Amino acid sequence: MNTVWALAKVVVLEMVRRKDFYVLFILTVLLTGTAGSVNFFNDPGVVRYLKELCLLLIWASGLVIAITCTARQIPAERESRTIFPLLAKPVTRWQFLAGKFFGCWLATGLALVLFYAFFCVASGTREHHWPVLNYLQAAWLHWLMLGIVVAFTLLGSIVFAAPSSNGTICFVCSAGILLLGRHLNKVALSLAEPLQSLLYAFYYLLPHLEFFDVRELIIHNWALVPWGVVALATLYAAAYTAFFLGAAWLVFRRRPLN
Amino acid sequence: MNPGLFLALAFATALAAGGPLLRWEQTRGQQTGSVLTLLLGESRRAFADQVFLKADGYYHQGVYPSVFDLAQPAGKTHLAKETEGHDHHDHSQAPLVHRDWLEAFGSHFHPTEHRHLDAFRDAREILPWLRLSAELDPHRVDTYTVAAYWLRERMNRVHDAEAFLRDGLRANPGSHEILFELGRLYAENNRDVPRARAVLELAMAKWIRQEADKPAPDLISYRRILGELAVLEERTGNLPQALAHYSRLKLFSPQPEVVQKRIDELHAKLRKP
Repeated sequence: MNTVWALAKVVVLEMVRRKDFYVLFILTVLLTGTAGSVNFFNDPGVVRYLKELCLLLIWASGLVIAITCTARQIPAERESRTIFPLLAKPVTRWQFLAGKFFGCWLATGLALVLFYAFFCVASGTREHHWPVLNYLQAAWLHWLMLGIVVAFTLLGSIVFAAPSSNGTICFVCSAGILLLGRHLNKVALSLAEPLQSLLYAFYYLLPHLEFFDVRELIIHNWALVPWGVVALATLYAAAYTAFFLGAAWLVFRRRPLN
Repeated sequence: MNPGLFLALAFATALAAGGPLLRWEQTRGQQTGSVLTLLLGESRRAFADQVFLKADGYYHQGVYPSVFDLAQPAGKTHLAKETEGHDHHDHSQAPLVHRDWLEAFGSHFHPTEHRHLDAFRDAREILPWLRLSAELDPHRVDTYTVAAYWLRERMNRVHDAEAFLRDGLRANPGSHEILFELGRLYAENNRDVPRARAVLELAMAKWIRQEADKPAPDLISYRRILGELAVLEERTGNLPQALAHYSRLKLFSPQPEVVQKRIDELHAKLRKP
């Protein structure tokens, strides 16, 4: 466990040193601030459009940070040849993967804390309403979703040759699931057999990332998601994360390093 | 060649070309109107429709059918129907039936209960989307009439409604819908009868010019203008004129017996000393 933690700490430190997060955070602050300064019919109390924009930027930034940070981990270690002394320590390949996963996941978690703190302040100062528990729930679900994305990207970084192609594929898949995942069953029902059964099977197999997107509930001040449902969602995310990590390990353990 | 001479030549050419280029840019700016027009071109109209639907989605607190749910069978948004006096509950929610357990589980993470924004006194939240829709497509008349209705009726902000309608009228000078909404504002909120009458009569003239010769004219708008004029004249005591409007309205009303009842009441009033 100490080995995994040590590896994870290095990944977190690397993200703190890189400029990606700061640029995205400043962009989010600037765009939200600019949108907030727009006057709509002289009513300073209008806030939901601002919450929507800010959450959209947070979600986009979260995906960018998680995918770009994870996609470069293994290729960078290979390129600089630091992977050889690392695995000779001895660090097992499983510990190496687990360390990289926890590092990337923790790093995105730290980024999310800052993003959601900003969101809380930006919406609270306008709305004079502080549903902190709802925001915590939204951030937790968001972090779980990014856990699946990180594990998926880690698997991609072993399968695909370049970080750029891996990053692009992961972006397209994540955005596709977030936008269409909820509707695949409706599309399937409108198709003829055997396409219907095939698409329905795909719908069941897919990691439904959109489950973790509670932005609409936050924007329109709906009540908390029941905690039992959140616990089930946590299990769902843990299962898919474990599946992708397991698959990554299966591929990685037989893969030559050079 | 002397590099100094080359630089001086390049600078002189840039100065000479800069003036006409700036003038061309300015005239281009006048033609295109706004930054959004410049950036999006004609596609902004499609965006305006989407943004208007977004306002409708906000009105329903995030519960809105997607393209996969076949959004609008009646062709109009709930927000627009509300403006035309539709009842809050005439599109009551169908019982939620989930197609599978994944859909049932997923329904916990997005709004599913049908409720309206104005019940929570948050109607102002639709305004940014309506303003943006008008910016994207200034010729979308619905945006102005719907926004003005909400500003005037639900938020009691008559001045803002009037200003927005005037913006709409500048962009759509021939719109009888905007003129009708403006006339209604003068009649019901400002109580400025001569102005309301003038604007409503202008709306009527515009309607006749644009719609009368069509094979399927917009009779709903015609009835609304006539009805508003009749009520206005009745309220000011000009009963013969009100009767004239009601008589015309009866010819086009889907419920002529209701209009006839009103005509009879006015006749009775006229007969009284």
